[in-house]
Amino acid sequence: MKPIFIDAVSVCSPGLASWEIAQAVFQHQLDFAPTPLERYKPTKLPANERRRATQLIRLTFKVCESIAAERHINMSDFASVFTSSHGDSYIIDQISRALTLSEKLVSPTQFHNSVHNSAAGYWGIATGSTLPSCSLSAGEDSFITGLLEAICLSHALGKSTLLAAYDITPPSPLLQKLPIPQDFACAFALSPVETSHSMAKLTLDFFNDESMATQVDTSLENTELEHLRTHNPAARALPLLQALASKSSETKTLHFVQNHSIAMTVTPC
Amino acid sequence: MSILQISHYTLTTSLGRGVDSNWQKIQSGTTGLKPCDFLESHTLKTWIGEVEGLDIPLTKNTEFDCRNNRLSALGLQQDNFEEIVLKAKEKYGSSRIGVFIGTSTSGIQQTELAYKEHHSLSSENLPDWYNYDKTHHIYSVAEFVKKQFGLNGMTLAISTACSSSAKVFASAQRAIDAGLCDAAIVGGVDSLCYTTLYGFHSLQVTAENICRPSNLDREGISIGEGAGFALVEKHTEANDADVLLLAYGESADAYHMSTPHPNGDGAYLAMQSALNQAKLKVEDIDYINLHGTGTRTNDAAEGIAVGRLFGSDLPCSSTKGWTGHTLGAAGIIEAIISTLCIKHDWSPQSLNTETVDPDITINIALQASSHKVKNVLSNSFGFGGSNCSLILGAAQ
Repeated sequence: MKPIFIDAVSVCSPGLASWEIAQAVFQHQLDFAPTPLERYKPTKLPANERRRATQLIRLTFKVCESIAAERHINMSDFASVFTSSHGDSYIIDQISRALTLSEKLVSPTQFHNSVHNSAAGYWGIATGSTLPSCSLSAGEDSFITGLLEAICLSHALGKSTLLAAYDITPPSPLLQKLPIPQDFACAFALSPVETSHSMAKLTLDFFNDESMATQVDTSLENTELEHLRTHNPAARALPLLQALASKSSETKTLHFVQNHSIAMTVTPC
Repeated sequence: MSILQISHYTLTTSLGRGVDSNWQKIQSGTTGLKPCDFLESHTLKTWIGEVEGLDIPLTKNTEFDCRNNRLSALGLQQDNFEEIVLKAKEKYGSSRIGVFIGTSTSGIQQTELAYKEHHSLSSENLPDWYNYDKTHHIYSVAEFVKKQFGLNGMTLAISTACSSSAKVFASAQRAIDAGLCDAAIVGGVDSLCYTTLYGFHSLQVTAENICRPSNLDREGISIGEGAGFALVEKHTEANDADVLLLAYGESADAYHMSTPHPNGDGAYLAMQSALNQAKLKVEDIDYINLHGTGTRTNDAAEGIAVGRLFGSDLPCSSTKGWTGHTLGAAGIIEAIISTLCIKHDWSPQSLNTETVDPDITINIALQASSHKVKNVLSNSFGFGGSNCSLILGAAQ
């Protein structure tokens, strides 16, 4: 498939509160210290929508707004792909609790926040972009599948595309069934062609078991980060982020549907 | 952009199982809707479209057992769909067929049931039988379809509320064009649950009486459940498909989470971009299958958008008076109905509509009609301002 260019990147997770911090952690200039995240206040949302924004929306806005803050980025001219394995588990929890009571009174705001494309909807309101936007889930493969969808969309439209990947720790009792230890979100500004702001070219190669029997996911040295990578579907992006932070040519391998993997090669521009 | 052909398709709704039983009731003007009697929600004053026979557990891939996947399984069993997919699997290989399924709530009913048990027993833990991953998970329905056929290609669930299973056609087309797969199962499945029944009720958009799209005194939606699937492949002259996916147009309203733009700007953009992609003129479209939910805001905004682009002559109707609003399944169910309109050179009336709202100035068909139907535009719009218009056309 055609390569794509990465024009900006951001991340937010305890211990990786920004791309600057993440770069320092990946370059061993800073220890990984997962402290709780501050509640983010989206700057691009009108007051009404900001009040209704859930923790998931706020986390997603943190990474998307930090991309939008780059001077060369005009978000109103971006298509978008939002990928999340589980979506807003807090909203699911609250609605499911309300439905256990005999009146079954669901909050209208919670209900409109319950759609899997809630972040995309808020993001559209914030940026005014009327370009196509897709929200998807592919379980454990949600990150790579979202990346593929974003590359396809970007090339089909010939437009820059925002890719946001996020999954959050659910509340109890859902946490028992969905044991995600930490929130994680990241976002990428993808361009179908190289621009003066491109950080790197990303090339994907597909492998199946027969052609590369020993191919496994690229793991991370740091055991805590590795635990995050394997336990939060959005954090499967970590090896790609690490490759971007290294500012050198690197290839990272990621699982893609049973027996298949994808080699992601990052070449600095 | 390559043109996809709709090689095979099937649908299961409250009208019945498979193409024939649905088409028969559409042609005879018989609704699938009834006053709500769904479990504890029988006290809700609204109408629903329920699929019969979903009380039987799955016999294969049983860890996926839930109402939504039972509906998927039942849907896949109709119209020789399974047989035809297995033939395609032989032709292309199991990793070259993608699975793109739209859903808004997947198997959320399992979580509702698990929470109910958890609440009534005041227990700390959710029940052991509750398997979130294989049932409620948005991805579950796509993973289930993949497993039913033993496929291992690109598989995803698209969840953009009520445009979900229109957008599966767009994603599949792009993936096939990019060489990620050679063919795809596109689908949409959504099933009745308290979350949507009480959720839409809380937004005051469920109609107390049967839904009457574009009617002067329309009250809102009737929620339905349904499953639709299609096998799509690159169109070649050698293939003998009747109907092609000529184009799709997607847009975002960038306006409000649960209300469409009052002038239908997003809807207009989606339809316009589909026309541009298909290189068709407005007069090339023979019928529009409207999103037509029956809410005051949707039907008014969609009417304005359609009127701005197509004027007031082109026959338009919503088929939600038959099936109800099947939410994440609506896109493909209505794409299949559009496909049948092309096959039969026939377009349906707006069922249950008696007096068209005078503010809706497009040609809302009050009678079905037999006429040449070569190209159909089908609209699907969802919460979060997610719009998708498909253009289906006769293969000549």
